[in-house]
Amino acid sequence: MDDMKDIHTGKLFSTGMKMAEVPDAEPRLLGVMRRLGIRFGFGEKTVEEVCAENGVNPHTLLLISKIYVNDKYAPSKEELSRSSIKDIVTYLHNSHDFYVGVALDTLEKFIKKMAGTLDEKHSRIITKFYSGYKDEILKHFEYEESVVFPYIQMLDEGKLPGNYSIDLYEESHSDVDEKLNDLKSIVMKYMPETCDDNLIQNVLTCLYTLENDLSKHTYIEDELLVPMAESREKYLRKQMDSSVTDETENA
Amino acid sequence: MKLKMREPIRKILILEPSVLIAEGLRHVIDNFAGYDVCGIIRNQEGDIWAKIDDFNADLVIADPSVFDNRDRAGAHDMIKGIANAPVMALISTAADASYASTYDGTIYLSDTSDDIEQKISTVMKAAPAEQRGEGEELSSREKEILVCVAKGMLNKEIADHFNISIYTVITHRKNITRKTGIKTVAGLTVYALLNNLIDMNAME
Repeated sequence: MDDMKDIHTGKLFSTGMKMAEVPDAEPRLLGVMRRLGIRFGFGEKTVEEVCAENGVNPHTLLLISKIYVNDKYAPSKEELSRSSIKDIVTYLHNSHDFYVGVALDTLEKFIKKMAGTLDEKHSRIITKFYSGYKDEILKHFEYEESVVFPYIQMLDEGKLPGNYSIDLYEESHSDVDEKLNDLKSIVMKYMPETCDDNLIQNVLTCLYTLENDLSKHTYIEDELLVPMAESREKYLRKQMDSSVTDETENA
Repeated sequence: MKLKMREPIRKILILEPSVLIAEGLRHVIDNFAGYDVCGIIRNQEGDIWAKIDDFNADLVIADPSVFDNRDRAGAHDMIKGIANAPVMALISTAADASYASTYDGTIYLSDTSDDIEQKISTVMKAAPAEQRGEGEELSSREKEILVCVAKGMLNKEIADHFNISIYTVITHRKNITRKTGIKTVAGLTVYALLNNLIDMNAME
């Protein structure tokens, strides 16, 4: 309970603490740092100092850290406005690279290993379902990489492209989520008795880890990226309107 | 990708004339994982039975003093028949203590929050599977419907095929998903294939 209180008052993490102590609260924060582009070799430096050296906004790191430690952490307006949308996009982009290059590969390796011990029919059913899931999630990442992130970069540079707006960024996650969850149920509950328990457990451990990390990823998209983009849009629209009015007045 | 609650939330309906007690109990139940108060009925005005039916509760907690004196003795059986759910007594006056034994469980004003959670959980565990909404294996009708889903049939088509209402199809599908933990059509198809409900060749 004391821990929880500290998280809410922000005492668990602060810009003045030693960077090397941040992952003590939650080892997954090692991955968070890497995804933000922070390099190891912290020495005795503080969060603020290390972030400055790596060109990362320290408040973004602290905010993402709080989300990792505390499920459903609701960021305050101030936390959002202090964080950097550019860093968040970097983080999300590097997460995609991690999922595509590491996490999905590992999962696929374990699934193939498990499927290899099944008869041909079962093996085909499982691998087919997995590849359906993989296609879908890659398509989803691709959409964000090619449409959503470039749009947000434009916003960050002060441009307001007319062909997209953040409210079009509909929740296309849900079906992908459900498929991952289905795969978990299928592997846990319905593998034939002959299937090796170690192979099943490896797949399940991977699925749980991936599901958990993806849930943080989605949370960061929904609760940080979208509201920050919305307020940026609002600001830019207002600015555009007032400059239009200025011009008409001058004319 | 929000974490999903795998256990369904159990809906509790409270029948209690005192707003203080009713809201107090709601507050206590709100702190229990897996339970949710779906409604509070404070008096017998109008068609109380239809109201109870509407809430579709998994558990009813009833203070006998909600009912007129003439209905008080038979209230438990009536509620149980309508709600098809366990019914616990909430005893707020000494005069009603005699009714307690006819109910599936009893909550007293002196109970601690832990007592109440314990009692509710005991009653829910003792209830038959269909009342708890927790079947184990798929029923034969659910399997038939699952096969249709795997074959790509729409709810409307399934309803016509079995000559049942679309609402019944939806309820069956909800139950299939609850039992198997599988939501997507692709996942349900895998289930049907793995359990030999359909043939791989039928799919291609």
